[in-house]
Amino acid sequence: MNLKKTWWRHLFLLVVVAFALLPIVFVVSAALNPIGTLSTAEVVPTGASLKNFAKLFSDPDHSFPRWFLNSVLIALSASFASVLLSVMAAYAFSRMRFKGRRIGLLSLLLIQMFPQFLAIVTIYIIFTRVTELYPTFGFDHIWSVLLLYLGGALGVNTYLMKGFLDTIPKELDESATVDGASHAQIFWRIIMPLVAPILAVTVLLAFISTINEFLIANIFLREDHVKTLAVGMFGMLGNDTREANFGAFACATLITAVPTVGIFLWLQKFIISGLTMGAVKG
Amino acid sequence: MNRGVAVSYLVTRIATLGISAAILLYAVPPLVRTGSWTALAILLAAAAGIGYLYLTKRHVPAKYLVPGTILLLTFQVLPVLYTFSVAFTNFGDGHRGTKQDAILAIERESLAEVPGATDYALTVATRDGRVVFLLVNRDTKQVQVGDAEGLSPVDDAEVGLTGKVVRAKGFEILPAGERDADVQALAVPTERGAIKSVGLSRAIEFEAKRKYDVSCDCIIDGANRWTADGDRGYFVDGSGNNLIQGWKVNVGWANFGRVFTDPNVSSNFFETLLWNFVFALASVFVTFVLGMSVALALHSPKMKFKRTYRTLMILPYAMPAFAMLLVWRDMFNTDFGLLNRLFGTHIDWLGSPSGARLGLILVNLWLGFPYMFLLTTGALQAIPRELTEASGIDGASPWQSFRRVTLPLLMVALTPLLISSFAFNFNNFNLVRFVTAGGPYAVDNNLVGKTDLLITYTYRLAFEGGSGQFGFAAAISTFIFIIVATVSAIAFRRTRAQEEVYS
Repeated sequence: MNLKKTWWRHLFLLVVVAFALLPIVFVVSAALNPIGTLSTAEVVPTGASLKNFAKLFSDPDHSFPRWFLNSVLIALSASFASVLLSVMAAYAFSRMRFKGRRIGLLSLLLIQMFPQFLAIVTIYIIFTRVTELYPTFGFDHIWSVLLLYLGGALGVNTYLMKGFLDTIPKELDESATVDGASHAQIFWRIIMPLVAPILAVTVLLAFISTINEFLIANIFLREDHVKTLAVGMFGMLGNDTREANFGAFACATLITAVPTVGIFLWLQKFIISGLTMGAVKG
Repeated sequence: MNRGVAVSYLVTRIATLGISAAILLYAVPPLVRTGSWTALAILLAAAAGIGYLYLTKRHVPAKYLVPGTILLLTFQVLPVLYTFSVAFTNFGDGHRGTKQDAILAIERESLAEVPGATDYALTVATRDGRVVFLLVNRDTKQVQVGDAEGLSPVDDAEVGLTGKVVRAKGFEILPAGERDADVQALAVPTERGAIKSVGLSRAIEFEAKRKYDVSCDCIIDGANRWTADGDRGYFVDGSGNNLIQGWKVNVGWANFGRVFTDPNVSSNFFETLLWNFVFALASVFVTFVLGMSVALALHSPKMKFKRTYRTLMILPYAMPAFAMLLVWRDMFNTDFGLLNRLFGTHIDWLGSPSGARLGLILVNLWLGFPYMFLLTTGALQAIPRELTEASGIDGASPWQSFRRVTLPLLMVALTPLLISSFAFNFNNFNLVRFVTAGGPYAVDNNLVGKTDLLITYTYRLAFEGGSGQFGFAAAISTFIFIIVATVSAIAFRRTRAQEEVYS
């Protein structure tokens, strides 16, 4: 009965699902295909083996496990640290009244419009000098990229976070103040637990955008052992190697996808509210 | 104050002091060594400020704002402001340093062996980690040290049988062949030219053919002379030809003007700009329409398998985007691509301008609609069902109630995010760089392709294709900023008006 009324909805959704899944099925199939080149890849694999996975980890030309480690390290620390930095700033903007608050909020809104990577030319010039002075924080060290990502953090998330914090009733921290709690205790013991689910979503989104970042990483991380997944895997499909490496590349894609897809499905319920809360607050 | 507070108070204070001290210990020595006094002063002032801020109980808001703000100022605001200033210079390959650097480079380039030049036995050593030459004059047996500054005498040096220095106080002798690049690069300046290494144990004084003359502010090479042109940052000869090595000068609005006046740039620039707008608008539009349609189709109490559909729909969003972009690129491949295999065709999908442009938007649709689907789902949940039901009772058709009730309410909630999405797609570097790399290119132009966005064009100007035009690239970055800021400002203004209308 129900199906009779909704069949056209199902039909439409199935077409979209097919569109959404086509490239993903293609990757899975290419990863399992024992021959593992671009020219043999098909939507439905003929025969399946884990040979491509073995090739991915044993190929001396590239160090996928190292890239994976670098990416996860950079993305985890950048996403956690940047969300912490911006929730701290948002706490000040949401709960405290001080001189320069309005100007501060307005400048953040303005800075937000100038994405950091547009300044890539001068970032490069500045870091040429930094590399001379402090090699550890210069080119070919993941520290440099990490610092840069943190520099962009405040501009991106603070506004969103302030929206989240504004929804928590002020009476909560006022009564805590009456009970003798310090501002740090209110921040860590009251505010943070209340926004934790939303913070988790923001960390996840920051994690994903950091994993995908290519523009800055490609200029800064040139040596094989410091590359991130985006830079390294882009190199795997270079003009001469793309045919041969496609199977291994597909495996690398799957391995990279498993953790994010897992967390995504796990946090699914919060993601929708996390995304739209920013919308309502604008 | 209870014990817990006292302890955490103490711990944060000690941590603050410890971290600041560690940073200072690490950061100060290189600045002292290179004599960067301004930077040193800023660093010390910042450290003192942070110490004061976190050791006293005052200025609570600043305690929460300062960590992020310092990073923001250093790694975003400063580079952005610097970008604006670089946009007014000719900074780039051939124009990197000062005029003095350019003169030195030109003189060094022209170094040539002359008969009867002074001949030295060379020993390579390091002093404080830097490569220097220990030079024994073959005639006088005098020992000197040569570094990038020049020659100076060495007192305590022991010369071995081969004529090379065996031991010298304050120097560490390097084994032959070590730090070869540094050895090759070192030229010890002298009156006539410079001393450079020739082989592993010999160094000769070379003479500079081209010399700078202060009286005429020019470079002289025999009968030829190149006069300094302060406007262009070049040494130019009588017929207008310049030496390759130049220096950085202010060029005023020339980089911005070049966009309009240089025929090689201007036609491409406006085509790129137009495509950039079309791309960003079309991307937002198609992803929003598909995402919203899916959300609406699922938004019915009668629908089954909602969770399954939702899970499958967000997969493209959760997959690593950079990798999937490369997968899409290879699905479009002419010879082995999946699309040609599926359809049994042999089409170069990304070979024609319009094909490549449609392809990019299709890929962006795949990548972006799940995000819009999630957004609309969230916004739909916030719209009370009574509203649409009421309009149904009033005799509105489903389409009318969508058009008149649901859509306006959706737009109020989502417009700010659609604007952000526009700004993001306006600079969607990864998509273009990975899928088409800006191509296809016209036969006579390999600097800008038919699907290039301004951001990929900027990137190529600065870092790819060996052109290294930093000043011009910075000018285009500034253009992008102005465009995105203007569009966002106008759009945000209109949203505020819209909110007032519907609230």
